[in-house]
Amino acid sequence: MSLTETQVLIIGAGGAGTSAALHLAQRNIPCVLLERGLVGGQASGVNYGGVRQQGRHPAELPIARRAMTLWQRLTEIVGTDAEFTVSGHLKLARTLEEEAELVAYLDVAREHDLPLRLVGRNALHEDYPWLGPKVIAGSLAPEDGAANPRLLVPALARAARDAGADIRENTRARALRFDGEMFEVETEYGLYRARWLLNTAGFWGGAVAEAFGESVPVSPLNPNMMVTEPMRYFIQPNLGVVGGNVYLRQIPRGNIIIGGGYGVSDPAVPWSRPRADETRAAMALAAELVPEIAGACVIRSWSGIDGQMPDHIPVIGPSRTTPCLLHAFGFSGHGFQLGPAIGAILSELVADGHTDVPLEAFDIARWTGPAERPDHP
Amino acid sequence: MRTIVVGAGPAGVRAVEQLVTAGLRPVWIDEAPDGGGRIYQRPPLGLTRDHRQLYGMEAGRARAVHDTLDALKSRTDWRPNTLVWHIDPHNRTLETLCAGQQATLTYDNAILCTGAMDRVIPLPGWTRPGVTTLGGAQIALKAQGCAIGQHVALVGTGPLLWLLAYQYLKNGARPVAVIDTTSFAHKARHAAALLPGGTVFWKGLWYMAAVRAAGTPVFEGARPVAITGSGDEVKAITFKTASGATRQITCDAVALGWGLKPEAQLADLAGVPFHFDEPQHNWVPEKDATGRTKVPAIYLAGDGAGIAGADAAEMAGARAALALLEDAGRTVPGPLTATLDGALARLSGFRATLERAFPFPADLARAMPDDTLVCRCEAISAGDLRAVGGRPATGAAPELNRAKAFTRLGMGRCQGRVCGPAGAEILATALGRDVAAIGRLRGQPPVKPVPLASATVQEAAE
Amino acid sequence: MRLKRLRDLDRPQINLTLDSTPVQALTGDTVLTALLAGGAGALSPNIFAQEPRAGFCHMAACQDCWVMVEGLGRVRACATQAADGMVVRRL
Repeated sequence: MSLTETQVLIIGAGGAGTSAALHLAQRNIPCVLLERGLVGGQASGVNYGGVRQQGRHPAELPIARRAMTLWQRLTEIVGTDAEFTVSGHLKLARTLEEEAELVAYLDVAREHDLPLRLVGRNALHEDYPWLGPKVIAGSLAPEDGAANPRLLVPALARAARDAGADIRENTRARALRFDGEMFEVETEYGLYRARWLLNTAGFWGGAVAEAFGESVPVSPLNPNMMVTEPMRYFIQPNLGVVGGNVYLRQIPRGNIIIGGGYGVSDPAVPWSRPRADETRAAMALAAELVPEIAGACVIRSWSGIDGQMPDHIPVIGPSRTTPCLLHAFGFSGHGFQLGPAIGAILSELVADGHTDVPLEAFDIARWTGPAERPDHP
Repeated sequence: MRTIVVGAGPAGVRAVEQLVTAGLRPVWIDEAPDGGGRIYQRPPLGLTRDHRQLYGMEAGRARAVHDTLDALKSRTDWRPNTLVWHIDPHNRTLETLCAGQQATLTYDNAILCTGAMDRVIPLPGWTRPGVTTLGGAQIALKAQGCAIGQHVALVGTGPLLWLLAYQYLKNGARPVAVIDTTSFAHKARHAAALLPGGTVFWKGLWYMAAVRAAGTPVFEGARPVAITGSGDEVKAITFKTASGATRQITCDAVALGWGLKPEAQLADLAGVPFHFDEPQHNWVPEKDATGRTKVPAIYLAGDGAGIAGADAAEMAGARAALALLEDAGRTVPGPLTATLDGALARLSGFRATLERAFPFPADLARAMPDDTLVCRCEAISAGDLRAVGGRPATGAAPELNRAKAFTRLGMGRCQGRVCGPAGAEILATALGRDVAAIGRLRGQPPVKPVPLASATVQEAAE
Repeated sequence: MRLKRLRDLDRPQINLTLDSTPVQALTGDTVLTALLAGGAGALSPNIFAQEPRAGFCHMAACQDCWVMVEGLGRVRACATQAADGMVVRRL
């Protein structure tokens, strides 16, 4: 069995793993990224494509703000804009309770310098005359937008490779060990040894953490997604609703991407598929939000596998059991926008020993208990 | 036991016949307003040609299928005009759409007889109005009494090319050219091996002879180059003859097709594994000789499970129904089962030889000019596809679904039905790999477009 | 393109409109036949290629003949029976 030694071993080539490989390689730190399938094959590649800050958990906003600076320079960093467009994100309320939530979030946004503007009923229907009558208020985050998730991660991976990272696709980590000094990961194609291990394995990050005695309640999350045939382009902002039971956006080509509800999966295969009843429910909700699209046909639907945490925020930061093990997984359905910043943060933890982004809220200890923090160099 | 048969072509009719004989009352679904499938499609009411005029030498078989179909409708839960757009093999449910209404149907067993469509190789100008598939040109004649134009050129290869030429001729629309990419010498070499095919072989020879005898310009071993025209009119087809000379023939319509490919989306969504069948040069869902699959309760029959032709489809339909009945613990007639098994085995050998006699000219797809559209839905060109086999910003696409993700090839309304085979050849060439090694476009629900509005008028169904 | 009627010509005439232009057809026609035998030339254009289209497979597979029919919404022309008075629009 062949042996590959490197400085940093990364498990899982989604947005977090590929951006970590890119940032490490840019700092000339040798790294190998192992991916069980193809890069961006699961949550990072098949998600809705929202590049959204609005509505995030306050603890995520500093990461989201940092990510946005990277999104804005994406072409410079990876050679493509991955169809990133700043279209604004318009979050809609359909009841007074939902409107109250929009209002409450204004304070959170202000604290984090996130531009956000409440739009009342009259102005809303004047600015967006195609909205259905049930919508009574909205809040617009003008900096937010959307991108093509099928392109982002492969582009990050290619940039990482160009910068010197070694990315091995179709290479599943089947056993992980730490011998007190080095990590050892066994695959079908050989053995990998490294000083550092980054766990960016999405849902499967739970199994990686488990291998080092850290058990977290991560479950598979399968967003139910679909797309319509092209229509006249008229829905500019990325649309969401309070509660999140439907979200939709139109790309300039004219297709409308709709998400809502959850599909089913078997992460062991891995395999995922949308559910017909959830698809129908989302179709009905979407048509209620924008009645004009009711005549369009859904031409394709899909799902994928993300890791869901019970508190809907990821685990990010150092392990509590094992030195030089860093986690970044369980993004609970909203990691796409964060991905580019996660790699920057992880690379700083490896190279500098610290990062300016506050990570306390994401500590794995919130599930494993306050064990003594091992010494990370 | 609730059994659902999807499709009422020759395979579906014979499957349902066995189920009804065994005392079952299956749910029977077809997307079309009537059964018969594409091969024995009947014209709508008001069109009066008889079986002999419509189906020629196949009139007897067509009549037998139609008589059985009509006799069976009232003995089943017959649901025409109904699209099955998704299947859930774990909960054993089918999602259907009929007249704008959705319904979920549960099943204990299902036989999928979903048929086939033309396999196409794009060439410059192929998306222009006036260009159809060979199958499309045949349906226009059979079901609507129309030719696709005044001066029709037929391009491609396979039995359908010659049958269609003969049918157009018989109906007073002699083709202006039959352009067969298979050379006469190649076909002749396989003739001896086709002899055991019996009547099918002799009928084929008859069509070819009749087309030639009528003075139809025939070009064998030729390569189509482009269909030219302007706006919504075809004006000519350009091709290279076997000797390499460039010819242009004036025409106002072109039909093209290179054999058939299974419409196997439902089998795919049901989780049936696929393999690349070399003689057919098609990805086909895996089934055993009886129609059983690795997915519990899913049986396959007819061309949707691999191209075998209408006669084989009838037998395969009956055989799959008997397999289903056997699995359900019913006693089935042993002699019938043995007869079907023997006949199907013989036909499968004949079919492989037939596919070799009319090979898919993969080189034609591989040599497609960069600016030719491969994916007619999303307007993705051969050059767009070749680019993701090279060094794009995303890195190369190592297989076809990745190429789809990068380029949108196969992401349109037809979901890659039309562009899949040619797209695979182009990507395989760009990557320097064998076409079987780069995979196939995976099916995604819905099998065909489903209106958003249909979600709100949901019908509660068992 | 123009379909040429060869058989079953003796059928009652029906009248449709396509984008307000009258089209004469015969009972038993599909919308596709009615329009393409009646001189429409093309159905809905492809918006990405920006070129005219007129269907391709005639068997509800290629999805290239979607049109809007008043009262029915979006339909495939090849899989929809034409009817007298039908109002059809290109997408």
